Amino acid sequence: MASLVERFGGGLATILIGLVAVWLVAMVLAPNLMMIDYALRPNLPPAAIGGPDDVYSLDNITYLAQESVHRTIFFKTVWASALVALATFVVCYPLAFWLAQNATPNQTAVVLIALTVPFWINEVLRTLAWYILLAFRGPLNALLLSVGIIDEPVRWYGNGGVLAGMIYAYILFMLFPIYNSIESLDKSQLEAARDLGASTLRIHRRIVIPHAKAGIATGCVFTFMLAAGSYVAPALLGAPGSRWFTEIIYNWFFEGGDWNRGAAYALVLLVLCLLVVLLALRIARVNLADVAK
Amino acid sequence: MRWNAEAIPRFLFALYMGAFFLYLFAPLAVMGAATFNASRFPTVTPWRGTTLEWFAALAKDGAMWQALWTSFVVAFFVVAVALPVGTAAALVLTSLHARARSLLYALMVSPLLTPGVVIGIATLVLWRRVGVGGGVFLIVVAQASFIICYVMLMIAARLQRFDRTQEEAALGLGASKFMVFRRVLLPFLRPALYAAGVLAVLQSIENYNTTLFVRGFDTPLTVYIATKVRTGLTPAVNALALIMIAATVIGAIAYEVARRRQTRRG
Amino acid sequence: MSHSVELTNVGMTFGATRAVGDVSFAVEAGEFFSILGPSGCGKTTILRMIAGFLQPTEGRIAIGGRDMSGLGPNQRPTAMIFQSLALFPLMPVWENIAFGLEARGASKAERRAKADDLLKLIALEGFGDRMPGELSGGQRQRVAIARALAVEPQVLLLDEPLSALDLKLRQHMRAELRALQKRTGVTFIYITHDQSEALAMSDRVAVMSAGVLQQVGAPRDLYESPRTPFVASFVGETNAISGTVVEVSDTVATIDTAHGRMSGRSGEGLKSGGTARLYVRPEALVPGLDVENRLTATIERSDFEGAFALLHGRLADGSPLVASVGNTALAEAPGPGESAAFGFETRHAVVLADG
Repeated sequence: MASLVERFGGGLATILIGLVAVWLVAMVLAPNLMMIDYALRPNLPPAAIGGPDDVYSLDNITYLAQESVHRTIFFKTVWASALVALATFVVCYPLAFWLAQNATPNQTAVVLIALTVPFWINEVLRTLAWYILLAFRGPLNALLLSVGIIDEPVRWYGNGGVLAGMIYAYILFMLFPIYNSIESLDKSQLEAARDLGASTLRIHRRIVIPHAKAGIATGCVFTFMLAAGSYVAPALLGAPGSRWFTEIIYNWFFEGGDWNRGAAYALVLLVLCLLVVLLALRIARVNLADVAK
Repeated sequence: MRWNAEAIPRFLFALYMGAFFLYLFAPLAVMGAATFNASRFPTVTPWRGTTLEWFAALAKDGAMWQALWTSFVVAFFVVAVALPVGTAAALVLTSLHARARSLLYALMVSPLLTPGVVIGIATLVLWRRVGVGGGVFLIVVAQASFIICYVMLMIAARLQRFDRTQEEAALGLGASKFMVFRRVLLPFLRPALYAAGVLAVLQSIENYNTTLFVRGFDTPLTVYIATKVRTGLTPAVNALALIMIAATVIGAIAYEVARRRQTRRG
Repeated sequence: MSHSVELTNVGMTFGATRAVGDVSFAVEAGEFFSILGPSGCGKTTILRMIAGFLQPTEGRIAIGGRDMSGLGPNQRPTAMIFQSLALFPLMPVWENIAFGLEARGASKAERRAKADDLLKLIALEGFGDRMPGELSGGQRQRVAIARALAVEPQVLLLDEPLSALDLKLRQHMRAELRALQKRTGVTFIYITHDQSEALAMSDRVAVMSAGVLQQVGAPRDLYESPRTPFVASFVGETNAISGTVVEVSDTVATIDTAHGRMSGRSGEGLKSGGTARLYVRPEALVPGLDVENRLTATIERSDFEGAFALLHGRLADGSPLVASVGNTALAEAPGPGESAAFGFETRHAVVLADG
């Protein structure tokens, strides 16, 4: 605080600190604390709020543990999000490596711009594009039928559709961190390894991936978090059998009318994401400053 | 040079690149092409005749224009909040000592690691307690709470390259602390402020997950489009998407041409 | 002459580290004053305290007779030139130069006129609208000087501003700085770790070590009459021979060493029977000179430097000895492998108590 005043003078420092305080207290901490408060209280009619029944308990969270459909959807969301993160990594890694190490500056510029084009239109429209492409009587089925790969249309909506749409939506969040971290790898290290007789696979396993682990961890954490918190892709590309945890949360709020239970579910989702972040940081042995590049 | 030994990996890599960009652009191509199909549902199969009627339908879609306007209003206020607060956060962060910094940093980036729906829900329940319901105001508050993080990171990255002795030099020449801020620090941050402003607008207009929970009875563009999927999707939405894609591609090409011209000159 | 800058018992402590302790000196108006010392000796801390970037934890600093306690850098009649120069990269040269005037509320026309005047002074007329990034290192250097002079400071503080330049340019800029200082009459306080720079440019030099002021004096004084062992060995090259004081008067001290009894001018605090060292410069050692003070060494190598050669040898106890021999006398000088006797005059050596 003293160093801020010294640098900017009392008036400006007060304004700066004030702005940051309003943000962190009123827009970050207070909403989350209030959500916890909601999550721990029962859903009561307005007259009973503050009454003898309005006590803190873990009922809303234990409800999730006991509700087998919701519980199943929760765990499915977790592992499916992990699968999305893994698949996105596999899709992005070769391109990120090529961009960072082999491409000419102009190639890099063109590819990076081409990559960002789908991302300047919003996530809903991106998902809508897949919705159209994967429709039962849509272009993909028509193409595969005419080529003769399939005999009758495939119902793509469901797990496959959600996976395709999510990978599509989060490519950039995986690609850029990995690209950035591989870019800082000195090319002569690769040449030295090659010179010492290492195979391509070994070079990646022993040199590139260890070097880029902070970027990889960042990409995976973000992709997992975005996937777990995704709403559009499962809503548009899913089927009744591929419901997502966020859809249940939404239903508690706007259809079930039980905000307390909805808040409890959201809290569980938040805790899950924070655990994954901490786990990823621990596994990759990186700290938060590396993650938020 | 062992070109022969590299031929197979090269071929595989070309195949991968082809598949990657097919994956990237096929959905967009289909979505764009469907704009010109005279089918009521947006698709390219079967092709029911080429038409421009969906552009006309888009132009007449008053609710869509209302939604677009709502999105712009939200984006405007989000930028107005996020730029000053994000800049303040970056300045506070870089002026602090190491220990306090890492704690504050964790708090400041935490909204980035929070799922969008959770941000929306948390904002909603807090403001309901004080009697404020969903709507443009809450959309701005909820979106700003995490878009500030992006601004903060971009400004902080720029600040890392700032030579603090410039501030000392200005002070030593008799400048007030405010003048140092206005004449030395802010001009240095200007490019990052522009970039952060553009990013904030894009993030705001693109946002769906957070907005969905705090929108109340207001309908920004993303929510409107998603609703259309349920209430009757027509290729008018494709026309909108096509216009946005075209604007993006033109913008991207213009940017790249300008960049190459600049590299050649410099 | 009045004191331009006066430090009285100034000290600075950062946490547990004492960066500067009990430093007092006075700089006269219009003087070119250098503070010389190895990196980490506290010289930059002193400069930053004079500039007002740091407030001393002890003592006081006065400029032009006025106590500066509590005044920030923007309230002091000083201007600083930074090691990195710290030009504002996004302002054209003229705005850089006129920045201090802008801070004082001068009109644009006034600022432009003053900037043009100063550009003339530093021989960069017509460069006003260039950006700092478009200038060469030497040009940037001059712009930094002009920017500092524009505010007409009583004292100009220079923090090793030449260290980033290559040798040729550095030597050129030395002369230019010196000339500029004489022309403007502004007091210069110049920080450097390069002793030849300090000796060549300054009216007086303060030598610092480990946060302590060792000696203040004219360059020749420091070289010929060092008062502390640190000054004797840091300023110029020297040979140090340790021994026990046997006799000490106001002017001459004699010590017993492993290489015999020898004398030099006496320093402060010498006591009969105390340990002390005799310091003798390489150029004071003359091969074959037959005087009382003599040292015999085996020559190991001879480094030819052009105008002179340095003979590196070892004394009987293995300690090194360096002597320099002028180019014209080189033919008679002893070569590698030979044993040679060197003599030196008592007035060319100094005896200082071990401290």
